[in-house]
Amino acid sequence: MRTLSDDETALVFTKLSKYIGSNIKSLLDRSDGLYCFRLHKGRVYYVKEDVMKVAALLPRENLVSMGVCFGKITKGKKFLLNITALEFLSPYCQHKVWVKEASEQNFMYGNHIYKSGLFRISDNTPKYAGVVVYTHNDIPMGFGVAAKSTSECRHANPMDIICFHQADIGEYIRNEDTLV
Amino acid sequence: MKNKEPESVPPKKARNWAPESEEVSDEELEEQTSGKPKSTLFDDDDDDDVNGFDEMDEDDVDSYDDAEGDAYMEEAAGKIEIQIPTIEEVEKELAENPDLANVQARIKDIAFILSDFSNRREEGRSRSEYLSIFLKDLTTYYSYNEYLMEKLLHMFGVTELVEFLEANERPRPVTIRTNTLKTRRKLLASALIDQGVDVDVIAWSKVGLVVMQTPGSVALGATPQYLAGQYLLQGASSFLPVMALAPKSGEKVLDMCAAPGGKSTHIAAIMKNTGMIVSNDVHAARVKALVGNFHRMGITNSLITNMDGRVFAKKMPGAFDRILLDAPCSGTGVISKDESVKITKDAKDIQRCSHLQRELLLAAIDSVHKYNGENGYVVYSTCSILVEENEEVIDYALRKRKVKLVPTGLEIGKPGYIHYRGHKFDPNMHLCKRVYPHAYNMDGFFVAKLKKLDDGPRIMVQEDTTEETAEEMEETEQKEEEQEEEEKKAKKGKKSGNALTGKKVLTGKK
Repeated sequence: MRTLSDDETALVFTKLSKYIGSNIKSLLDRSDGLYCFRLHKGRVYYVKEDVMKVAALLPRENLVSMGVCFGKITKGKKFLLNITALEFLSPYCQHKVWVKEASEQNFMYGNHIYKSGLFRISDNTPKYAGVVVYTHNDIPMGFGVAAKSTSECRHANPMDIICFHQADIGEYIRNEDTLV
Repeated sequence: MKNKEPESVPPKKARNWAPESEEVSDEELEEQTSGKPKSTLFDDDDDDDVNGFDEMDEDDVDSYDDAEGDAYMEEAAGKIEIQIPTIEEVEKELAENPDLANVQARIKDIAFILSDFSNRREEGRSRSEYLSIFLKDLTTYYSYNEYLMEKLLHMFGVTELVEFLEANERPRPVTIRTNTLKTRRKLLASALIDQGVDVDVIAWSKVGLVVMQTPGSVALGATPQYLAGQYLLQGASSFLPVMALAPKSGEKVLDMCAAPGGKSTHIAAIMKNTGMIVSNDVHAARVKALVGNFHRMGITNSLITNMDGRVFAKKMPGAFDRILLDAPCSGTGVISKDESVKITKDAKDIQRCSHLQRELLLAAIDSVHKYNGENGYVVYSTCSILVEENEEVIDYALRKRKVKLVPTGLEIGKPGYIHYRGHKFDPNMHLCKRVYPHAYNMDGFFVAKLKKLDDGPRIMVQEDTTEETAEEMEETEQKEEEQEEEEKKAKKGKKSGNALTGKKVLTGKK
């Protein structure tokens, strides 16, 4: 476990800002204590400082996870968000996509969202912005990238992809072993 | 030991399974001296599902009370007597060509005879003979191994044993626990009902729902609500240890054997994501499920570790406010879930479990910091119902560490044993809770709550040895082993419960 280097911090924050924009501030300045980002076995964890200090006492090989895993930094120096980050993406996200009830399962099995399955999309979503995907009754289901802006969506064909799939909560079942 | 016996039946007859006469006298003595806790032990289980055996037995006992039915029953008993073959015949039959219907009938007959032995028995046949036939039939009919069946018979007595065995053949109802971090029980229930899942609330819990019926199209483990972490599939009895632990916001809690995380996430939810929960499990593969569940349920204050629970006593002595030790066990309470327990568990397995449990419990006590008003509790639970893995382990910890038993605060459950087959446990042992599948339609469970009074081992004054003489060889052996261990620990100093000493003791015994 170690703190993120400057490069890594930049990497993580740029990626996060695509989803939650300036709300990154609210992740760091919290009323309920100090929170920090830590790198452990190539994974980035967002964890309360007191918890992190206890974790520092434990042998590294025995520590499996702490706080919430946001994603991993690949060997090629890219930061990939994990589905586990949804916990903090969904309350702060700036652009949302809601899916029709019939297409929920489809998304939860790892497919993109088509125009036919689109229920709502938040206004002014630009093209290629990070979006959090919700069910029709507001349960966060995952996140992805808007393939079309809100205005483009209006004129899209039913089979046009509206949102590229990145992560969904179905992964908790599908990839439990490789989740973190 | 026996339930559903009206007062008119002398307690002596209620439970008399003993191959040696010495033991019988011992038990009698016990019943006389400690009649009260025993008679109240199983009084209140009228609410359970009654099966065929059960009804029969109750009827019999009722009619035994009034004179009119008595004559009829005498007659019935007279008929039955003829039907019970000798043990040799039974053995031969079971070995060659067991006819299950016949065996079942014989189980009923013997249960009936044993419920009023002196009047219903065939002249000249001993109780132990009946009991050994009974045992043979039960092991065949329900396919258990003899060791386990004998243990269970000791514990439950004839009538209740059959109830217990029948309960193990039926699955327990599916229950779910609402994740209060994400939703409320009412909202979740209505969301599930919308999908066609028929749910009902569990009265004694604020977060539990019991599933009555699921339509074929809905998989409870894959609904959007499940995947979003709004609920968890969890046996109702798994709520109990957490309720007993009663964690408070901001505390440091350790769950030593956490996977797959049902109880751990429950603790975190009660603490509302404040403080810290350290969830540990020794199996790397099971820890993965733990990680998944924690993230799914939105728990942010967790540390998940993969190591031997006994190490905490060394790495972090006195670091925690509360510890939940849901110890690995033989699983005799969850036979309906895992049938393999019936035949795979023998004396060695039980002893191995018991030994590990003792070490873990001592490690847990060493890891919790001492009582300072609110903190310093260890909750010990197992999904086993055997005394070897429960009361004996607690009793051991009480002797080795400065801890005391405190009330669990649970409404359901039967009290733990203070006396059991010549064992005399701590007088507060009744504060422990035992849950049985046949009494509550929940998995069998044991919960005990310990409060730490002070650090360090407890130096015991040598206890009187009179009790020991009455005990079975097995138990004395165990005590010797404990003493041996104690000596080793005394040499090694305070923090002992480690793997090394344990292994030495085991191998030494072999």
